[in-house]
Amino acid sequence: MSLLSVQDLAIRFSTGDGTVHAVNNVSFDIAPGEKVALVGESGSGKSQIALSIMGLLAKNAQVSGRILHEGRDLLTLSQDALNKVRAKKIAMIFQDPMSALNPYMRVGRQLTEIVELHEGLGRADARKRAIEAMEAVQIPDAKNRIDAYPHEFSGGMRQRIVIAMALICKPGLILADEPTTALDVTVQAQIMRLLDEIQSELNTAVLLITHDLGVVAGFCDRSMVLYGGRMMETAPTKDLFAAPSHPYTRGLLRAVPNINDAAGELRAIPGSPPNQLRPLTHCPFAARCVDAVEQCRSTLPELTGEATKRACLRPVEALS
Amino acid sequence: MSEPILTVEDLKVTFDTRQGRKWPWSPMKKVHAVNGVSLSLERGRTLGVVGESGCGKSTLIRAIAGLVTPTGGTVTLEGRAVDYGSRADVLALRHKVQMIFQDPVASLNPRMTVREIVSEPTRRFRGDLDPEAQDKLVHDLLDRVGIAQRNFNRYPHEFSGGQCQRIGIARALAVNPKILLCDEPVSALDVSIQAQVVNLLRELQAEMGLSLIFVAHDLGVVRHISDDILVMYMGGMMEKGESDALVRTPRHPYTQALLSSVPVPDPNVIVEPQVLEGDLPSPLNLPEGCLFQSRCPKRQDACKATKPALLAAGGREVACHFAE
Repeated sequence: MSLLSVQDLAIRFSTGDGTVHAVNNVSFDIAPGEKVALVGESGSGKSQIALSIMGLLAKNAQVSGRILHEGRDLLTLSQDALNKVRAKKIAMIFQDPMSALNPYMRVGRQLTEIVELHEGLGRADARKRAIEAMEAVQIPDAKNRIDAYPHEFSGGMRQRIVIAMALICKPGLILADEPTTALDVTVQAQIMRLLDEIQSELNTAVLLITHDLGVVAGFCDRSMVLYGGRMMETAPTKDLFAAPSHPYTRGLLRAVPNINDAAGELRAIPGSPPNQLRPLTHCPFAARCVDAVEQCRSTLPELTGEATKRACLRPVEALS
Repeated sequence: MSEPILTVEDLKVTFDTRQGRKWPWSPMKKVHAVNGVSLSLERGRTLGVVGESGCGKSTLIRAIAGLVTPTGGTVTLEGRAVDYGSRADVLALRHKVQMIFQDPVASLNPRMTVREIVSEPTRRFRGDLDPEAQDKLVHDLLDRVGIAQRNFNRYPHEFSGGQCQRIGIARALAVNPKILLCDEPVSALDVSIQAQVVNLLRELQAEMGLSLIFVAHDLGVVRHISDDILVMYMGGMMEKGESDALVRTPRHPYTQALLSSVPVPDPNVIVEPQVLEGDLPSPLNLPEGCLFQSRCPKRQDACKATKPALLAAGGREVACHFAE
């Protein structure tokens, strides 16, 4: 039984230049307690998928498909009904911890607001819960720091507060949208370790959205690779890194510099990302793919397979 | 080993700030951004500079390029000390030292076409060429970095980030420089595009015999492109050495902590990050003794009292009393 089931999700934006096809018929499931990575480069649609789950898409977005959570389609819920899901059942961690926090509110108030709203706690109980949450994310001296404003914290500490906000109602699913991209490596390592500890303690499912394959390798059970708003490959993380079966995944892994292995040239993927102003009629990666054949430029491959699913017309053996 | 093309000795940069003053007429406080960095760059080699945000790595190369004025220390370019107060000296420096910036789009003038962007330094610095030769140079450079001729009259906003960075590289190369200072040139780019730009820089370096100083926070990229690596913390030098050896056997406690935190794109490798306790010192008020003392797992009384000197041994320079 899956916790969240995204089916045939398509997101388009009407812009001055035309319709941008940001996400093109993407389907996936997340099981309870599972750690899943959504990997992709900028413009691949990974953040838009998370925003659509939370009902936070921009006004010019048109969404189709279904996002099933506890038997309900989140896309059809009213704002009131969605507000009961947000933070309580599904919470989000945003990329930039400074703009995710309200600069005019003490961090304590931003935490207590959530439990007062969702669990009907009184002021004193809510404050106790907020201090507990801040202690859970290892903020030293939480009892006093609760009355500080966001600007009084460092970037890493702010991100801990954002994580505390996401965790305070113990939701079943956390969407972490590039939670460490704005942070230094030493802080990134601490935050990822913290997320990992909390995840195993509460058995929360996590959808980690990132472009950093190093972070994925250290954290996620399963990885999903997006390109041009289309799912290219999904596989258990170990298999994905050991034997990537899609040409794009292969290209991506070869392009990442590894600190432990500096030998040889980085192999770049030639070309540039696709123009998403046109509706998708063929594989979005065909123009940059070294293994593309004529058929790839006319047919749109479907995602097929068991443990490893791939959307590619060429058999794995034929890939270079 | 050839003679160094650029040597920097005890370079210091401080900025005045109003922050932390009691009264508007109180004297300005000083932010100590770079605190005595010495390095030498040999012809055709690449020096990588790494460190966390705020460690002064960008300020260091901006000071070398003369974009901020160093407050102390000397920079020697091809055997001649540079006087940053003299306009002639700075112009001569620009002829030999060019910079590539972090934000590829913001570093190009939005009101100039690509052709104008690349030909401006050509006109300014390549007076030795006649106009046709200058045009040909612009054409060749853009062609070399992979911008198609049909796009020469377009404006920067019409290009992607990766293409803008290529244009920035072509502009830097237009004066035929000897040294390229790269300030996080690929951190704004996607992985697949990042590799294209890194490879392009390496190819150009081999073709034109350029020397590079490559600043980045991504240790994987720095390791890949650099011959030597310099590790900075709070504006000071912690460790410097040949890049393979430094990554394999870091000797300074800060380098060790930094390297242990780098995520590895291989699920079979278990990363055990070494967590640094303690707070960063304020750059307004640097501690006596070692800059890293407040977070160092190995600190002892000696670290508070005296600043460790940068000691060289076996091609490695380490500033630590208790280096391994």
